[in-house]
Amino acid sequence: MRVRSRSLVLAVVALAAVTASACKKKPVVAPQPAPVVKPFNQDSADAAERARKAAADAAARAAAEKAAAERAARDAAAIAAAKSAFGVPVYFDYDKSDIRDDQKMTLDAKIPAFQANADMRIRVAGHTDNRGSDEYNLALGQRRAAEVKRYLIARGIDGGRIDVVSFGEERPAVSADNDDAWAKNRRDEFEIIAGANPFKLPNK
Amino acid sequence: MPPRPLRTLSVLCLLALRLDAQDTIPQGVRVGLTYDPSSRPGVFVTSVAGANADTVRAMLARNLDFGDRLTVISADAGPPPVGRINYELYAKMGASALVQASVTPQGSLHVAVHDIAGKKVLNVSDFAFNGSKELSPAWRMVVHRASDEVERWITSTRGIAATRVMFVRDQRIWIVDSDGANLAPMGVGGVALSPSWHPTGRYIAYAAMADDGTHIVVRDITTGQGRRVPDQGGSNITPTFSPDGSTLVFSAGDDGTDLYAVTPFGSDAPRRVTVGRGSPTSSPSFSPDGRKIAYISGRLGHPEVYITDTDGTNAELLTESPSGDQPYRANPDWSPDGRNVAFTSQEGPNLQVMVINVRDRKIRQLTGDARNEDPSWAPDGRHVVFTSTRSGAKQLWVLDTESGRTRQLTRGAGLARMAAWSPRMEQP
Repeated sequence: MRVRSRSLVLAVVALAAVTASACKKKPVVAPQPAPVVKPFNQDSADAAERARKAAADAAARAAAEKAAAERAARDAAAIAAAKSAFGVPVYFDYDKSDIRDDQKMTLDAKIPAFQANADMRIRVAGHTDNRGSDEYNLALGQRRAAEVKRYLIARGIDGGRIDVVSFGEERPAVSADNDDAWAKNRRDEFEIIAGANPFKLPNK
Repeated sequence: MPPRPLRTLSVLCLLALRLDAQDTIPQGVRVGLTYDPSSRPGVFVTSVAGANADTVRAMLARNLDFGDRLTVISADAGPPPVGRINYELYAKMGASALVQASVTPQGSLHVAVHDIAGKKVLNVSDFAFNGSKELSPAWRMVVHRASDEVERWITSTRGIAATRVMFVRDQRIWIVDSDGANLAPMGVGGVALSPSWHPTGRYIAYAAMADDGTHIVVRDITTGQGRRVPDQGGSNITPTFSPDGSTLVFSAGDDGTDLYAVTPFGSDAPRRVTVGRGSPTSSPSFSPDGRKIAYISGRLGHPEVYITDTDGTNAELLTESPSGDQPYRANPDWSPDGRNVAFTSQEGPNLQVMVINVRDRKIRQLTGDARNEDPSWAPDGRHVVFTSTRSGAKQLWVLDTESGRTRQLTRGAGLARMAAWSPRMEQP
């Protein structure tokens, strides 16, 4: 019994010591700063995250849009260039309708556009200079347009995609009476009339 | 012909009195009114009685002069003659015929023609103005018809004063009386080319040009109603009517061009006439009997004039080329008497108007000064209207193919071309 009593005393002393120690330490240990223990606000956090993401998205989008615009501009320029190249006239000798050797490259360059734009239809308009008979020039212009159509058909283009008309000497490219003007006026012009909107670039 | 001394005397007399001697016809002057083409009998137009007297006299005299079959004696006419005609006086002036006219209170033009040598009235007629406004185009056309009858009484050939010329100026159709009066646009909208007359003079055909092609329109010039004829798509050009008016032939085609025939007022599909095998073909012109068509074909590599039966058979080259450089023949127009085809030919640096005899194929050059092209015959088969640059820009000129005498028909701004001389206008 004595042993137990002694143990109890020790325990009480120990407890007292601990309690005394605790009471003594309390003023030293300051409370933690408020923000650290501040209660967590989920809505604010989401908003902040959204803002951050939005900013990042906008930047990404802007960059993408810029790139797209640049690409579109490049494409548009390429399309415009391709369309313009497609519209390059073919020139003829006086009173002739056969395709000159130096004009065949111009015609061949048009063929990929037909292949890239399967529904594309065009109009070939034959023109003449203002020498010779006004009326025969209307027939000669028709012949010039037909000759180009024949050339394209021979290179695999469906003739149903090519309309031919003649304006004879009625719509000169250059209104003058000299060799240079005449040479520029003896031509076939090319116009896309359907099935190429948007115009697809031949190499895509 | 009269005996030589008398002829010589007459020539001297005429040369002394004629003030209008601009023609180049060798003068074989006759006494009496048996006209032959190698003579140009003198005719005197007296002063006219009644309203617009000066205008009527001037028109009569000018029309007879433009007809190139009579020599109009220019002299002061004095007052209108009354009572018995002093035939001896007019004979001394060199007149074979005397034209005496008056505008009646009833509204008609009364015309008498006297045979000076025979000392008698040759013919008399009244031409009703039908209430048309004084000096209006219709009123003037009545005076023109009277002139044409006077010419017929004297020469057995009707004049061509009562006609009009249609042409293209600034890609629009214009019309002008044969004497250059009443120049006006026809009121056809859009670009219109190659106008052509129906034999009645009531309808015209032309090629209407748009961005997607050219088509043929037949238009009633009385009502202004136009109708597109069935065509071939693409370019349909250079229409012309058959002499009976029942067929319209034009040029069209996808691979080159050919001639096609269609009923001008029907809806049947066009029938192909020529087989050009891809060569350019254009500008058809019927022979007056309606059996043949002259046209341009480029089948030899350059344009030449061909003729064919109207069913497309018996096509043959009309203008055989000499072995010259750059042969170029175009714009055939078959003469109303059937004997000749007028056409355009490259001669040196310029185009010139030529005429070829259909039977012996002899070619005669009619012009030589500047660029001259695209002839169209008058109903008398003697005069042609054509485009010329001789005064600078393209204008229409009239040429007497017998004498070579020319006169300018159109003036003013804009290029005049593609002339088509009308048939005689029976109605105002």
